[in-house]
Amino acid sequence: MQTVAPIEIAQPREAPLSASGREAVFVTRGLTVSYGKAPAVSNVDLSIYRNLVTAIIGPSGCGKSTFLRSLNRMNDLIPAAKVEGEVHYHGQNIYGDGVDPVEVRRRIGMVFQKPNPFPKSIYDNVAWGLRVLGMKDDLDSRIERALTQAALWDEVKDRLKKGAFGLSGGQQQRLCIARAIAVEPDVVLLDEPASALDPIATSKIEDLMHELKNEYTLVIVTHNMQQAARVADMTAFFTLERTESGGHGVLVEYDETPKIFTQPSDKRTEGYVTGRFG
Amino acid sequence: MAVDATRFSLTLSRRTRRRKLVNLLMQVLATIAALAAVAVLAVVIISVAQRGASALSWDFFTKTAATFGQSGGGVADALVGSLVLVALATAMAVPVGILIALYVSEFASPRIADAAKLVLDVLNGLPSIIIGIFVFALLVIGSGQAAWKGSFALAIIMLPLVARATQEVLALVPSTLREGAMALGASRWRTVLGVVLPTSLGGILTGTVLAVARAAGETAPLLFTTSIAANAVTWDPRQPVLSIPIDIFALAESPDPADHARAWALGFVLISFVLVISLTARLLLARYRSKLER
Repeated sequence: MQTVAPIEIAQPREAPLSASGREAVFVTRGLTVSYGKAPAVSNVDLSIYRNLVTAIIGPSGCGKSTFLRSLNRMNDLIPAAKVEGEVHYHGQNIYGDGVDPVEVRRRIGMVFQKPNPFPKSIYDNVAWGLRVLGMKDDLDSRIERALTQAALWDEVKDRLKKGAFGLSGGQQQRLCIARAIAVEPDVVLLDEPASALDPIATSKIEDLMHELKNEYTLVIVTHNMQQAARVADMTAFFTLERTESGGHGVLVEYDETPKIFTQPSDKRTEGYVTGRFG
Repeated sequence: MAVDATRFSLTLSRRTRRRKLVNLLMQVLATIAALAAVAVLAVVIISVAQRGASALSWDFFTKTAATFGQSGGGVADALVGSLVLVALATAMAVPVGILIALYVSEFASPRIADAAKLVLDVLNGLPSIIIGIFVFALLVIGSGQAAWKGSFALAIIMLPLVARATQEVLALVPSTLREGAMALGASRWRTVLGVVLPTSLGGILTGTVLAVARAAGETAPLLFTTSIAANAVTWDPRQPVLSIPIDIFALAESPDPADHARAWALGFVLISFVLVISLTARLLLARYRSKLER
C-alpha cells in the first residue's frame, strides 16, 4: 500500500470534535446542479453538522463551489443553473414550495473568494445588512461585536468612517466575514476565502474559523489541502468523474478530517491527499 | 566558418528603419488629429466670445429685449426660460431613464434587454424635429404652447441618453458586489438601491450632465412647443417661455447689428453653461471617488 504523505493535522485544542450525536444542519439528498444541460455536480448526499467546520476539497472543476452555492440558493442568480434533489436545512427543503430564497440567505451567509466589500465606509459595510434586515437597535455595539469577532476591531476602530477600499486584502476579507456574521446567521459558507490572500492573512482567517465555529456552523470550500487539514473537523472530498459528454463532480468520500488525510477508504481520495493527482 | 557579423547586429537595418518611419508617421497623424479637435473647440469659443463680448453687460443678463426702435435690452427671459425648460426636462427624464436602465440591466431577461437597448438607440437617433412635431401634435394643437410641453419634448431627447449611460455603468458594477449584498439576505431591489446604484452614481451623474448639455442646446423641439413668448421673464411652466437657442436664432435674424452681437453673446453664455456643468460633474465625481478610496 502507498504510504500517505505526512500532512499536518489540526491539533484539536479541546477534545476532538466529531459528528456523532450532533444535529445535522444540512442534509442533501440526490443533489444535482446543472448549468444548461451539463451537470456540474451530481447526486450528492451529504450531511453537515452543527458547530463544526466542514471542508469541501477536490480538484478544479469538481463542482465544490457549485455545491456550496446551492446551500444558500446563490445559484438562483445564475439564470441557466438548475437544481435537482433536495437540500434539507433543519428539516425543511430549501428548494421546496413557499421557501423564500431571500429568507434562506438571511440565515445562511456567505463569504466569497475575492474580498467584495461595498464601496462604502467600514462602518457602513457592516451596518448595511443590519439596516436592510431591520436590526437597527444598538447598531454601534452590533458592529463592534461583529468586527471584534472577525478579529478586525483593533485595526479599524479609529477609522470606521473611512472607505473599505483602503484596507488590505486580508483586512477586506475579514470585513466581509464581519459583514456576514453581523446579521447573526446560522451558517456561514466560505468559498475559498483565503485563496486571494498572503500566508499571514490566510493564517488569521484560519484562526478566526476556530473561534467562529463556537457560534456558527461553517462550510469552507478550499483547494488548499493543508488548510482543510488545519481548520476542518469534517472533510468531504469531491472529484471530477469523466463521462463521454465531459464530466461532472461527485462526492467521493466524507469523513472526519484526520481519517480523510491519514486513512482514506477510497483510492481516489488517497491519490488526491497524497498529491498524486489534482 | 566565421560568425555572420550581421546576424547579431543591433544597428538599424533597412527594414527596421522603414518600420520606424511608418510608426513615427502614424504617431504624428494621430497627434495632429487630437490637436485638431482641441483647436476647433478653442477657435469656436474664442470667436464666439470675441464677437459677443461687446454685448455682455449687466443689462444683458437682467433685462428683456428692448421694444422696437429703442436701444439696449437683454436676454433675461431667454436665460430664465432655458433654466426652467431644462430643469423640468431633467426632472422628467432622469428618474424614468434610471428606472429604464435598472430594468434593462437588473431585471429583464437578456433577450428583452437587448431589444430594449436597441429601442433606446433608435430613440436616440430620432431627429429632434420629429420629436418636436410629435409633441406639437400630442400636446400643443388645440391648447397652445407652454414651457412644460417644451420640457416634455426635451425629456424625450434626454431619456435614451440617461438610460443608456446609466445602463452602461450598471453593467460595470461587479457581480460579486451584488452577490455580497444578496448573500446578506437583501432582496434584489434593496441590493440595487443600496449597493448597485450608489456604486454607479458617478457614471449616472456624468450621463445626466451630458443629456442636460444636449437638451440645453436643442432648438428644434422648442420651435413648435414653446417659441412664441411674451417679452417678459416668467418662471411659470404653464406659460410659453423663450429659450437660449430660440433667442439666438431670433437675434441673428434681426436687422439690428447690436442684436447680432447679442446672439453671439448668448451663444457664449450657452457654451459657458455647458462647460461649467461638465466641470462641476467631473469635480463631484472625483470627490465621490476619493471619498470611497480614502
